[in-house]
Amino acid sequence: MEFLRPRSVREALETFQKTPGALALAGGTDFMVGWNMGLLNGKTVVDLSRIAEWKGIEAGKTGVRIGSLVTHAELQRHPLIRREFPLLVEACALIGAIAIQNRGTIGGNIANASPAADTFPSLAVYEAVVHTASPQGRRAIPFLGIFAGPKKTHLRPGELIEAIEIPYARPRPSAAYFRKVGTRAAQALSKTVAAGLLWLSRGKTVAESRFALGSVAPTIRRARKAEDYLRGRKLTAETVGRAMDLVEAEIAPIDDVRSTAAYRFAVSKNLLKEFLECRPR
Amino acid sequence: MIKLNVNGKRRSFSGPLFKRLIDVLREDFRLTGTKEGCGEGECGACTVFLDGEPVNSCLIPVAHAEGRKVETIESLANAKKLGVMQEAFLKRGGAQCGICTPGMVMTAEYWRRVGGSPEPEAIRNVLAGNLCRCTGYQHIVDSVIEALGRRRKKARGQKA
Repeated sequence: MEFLRPRSVREALETFQKTPGALALAGGTDFMVGWNMGLLNGKTVVDLSRIAEWKGIEAGKTGVRIGSLVTHAELQRHPLIRREFPLLVEACALIGAIAIQNRGTIGGNIANASPAADTFPSLAVYEAVVHTASPQGRRAIPFLGIFAGPKKTHLRPGELIEAIEIPYARPRPSAAYFRKVGTRAAQALSKTVAAGLLWLSRGKTVAESRFALGSVAPTIRRARKAEDYLRGRKLTAETVGRAMDLVEAEIAPIDDVRSTAAYRFAVSKNLLKEFLECRPR
Repeated sequence: MIKLNVNGKRRSFSGPLFKRLIDVLREDFRLTGTKEGCGEGECGACTVFLDGEPVNSCLIPVAHAEGRKVETIESLANAKKLGVMQEAFLKRGGAQCGICTPGMVMTAEYWRRVGGSPEPEAIRNVLAGNLCRCTGYQHIVDSVIEALGRRRKKARGQKA
């Protein structure tokens, strides 16, 4: 194998240009599993972990910019992330256990594109933007636009994730919701994972709602139809029930080793109900 | 060649840079206290500290430890005396077959060093990535409570 270790963004982009088909390595928590199984034998590996420019968290006026190599442990500790993006902090605390959170990176998690990734529902409802760099230039891609399918992204060959920008939620949401449903309280892959943000107007009608579900479709899903339906309505047993029915039409869960489609349909609707009733946990 | 610090000693490694940290520790540095369980980052048996933070050494190419501080289970005791956490595991029966124990003790030791909560829930949470197939965890949690209790007793003793 060839193991290349660029020290800067420019070097990294050049490295990928010279070696098309090379694999990018960040924290290694997923990469190394495949490597240890021998699935990646003979591949060229480009280690991005020395790119210092991608390791910072910067506060801006309208949002925060998180370097792609920031770890899930660092996100949990950061005061601004804790204050502004509690749903991201909750998600990061449930990725594997502490030894994984210390190594896994937010950019690696996105590039890996697992339909079960725990940070994705939170990033989807905060409407994050993914910034990439490639020899052709830089791009800003809306979070949901990154994913093409399970473990597949729309990133071009040699295009690398530089940073994730998350706008501050303003006005502040009336309610925020995150829940991971797994077989075990910790260190389990998700059967279903959900995040929601809700803004209520003075008259207790829904000004805006955002709800996203993971592990129930080939890629992360926003419940757009339910969100649109709820806008301007009061939350009653009837409207919540209608929104639950709409969610069912927007997801496409499968039977797999972790759960069944039927269970995921049921639990997705119940998660939306729990979110709208503002009774997290 | 890369340089790293292992258990307080400066070491160098001149083999393949993609060799797993656990293999370098066990084969090249003869530190066989660190065990391999699953090799997939699920079980935590191979837990060591990288710059003081617990990590799975089966998921780390040795290149990622370049210029950094690695601590293994061997660093907790000297020839004469076991560490506080090891003593507590011994006293409370926190080890049975022993494969998970080095990783279990390392994660628990991290919790002790950062002043983690002695509540059983908090201990179970921090140990969530360390799997044991023998003890049913109760003795392990008891061991960690024992070690954290000693710290508090000691702190009180010093004040008085």
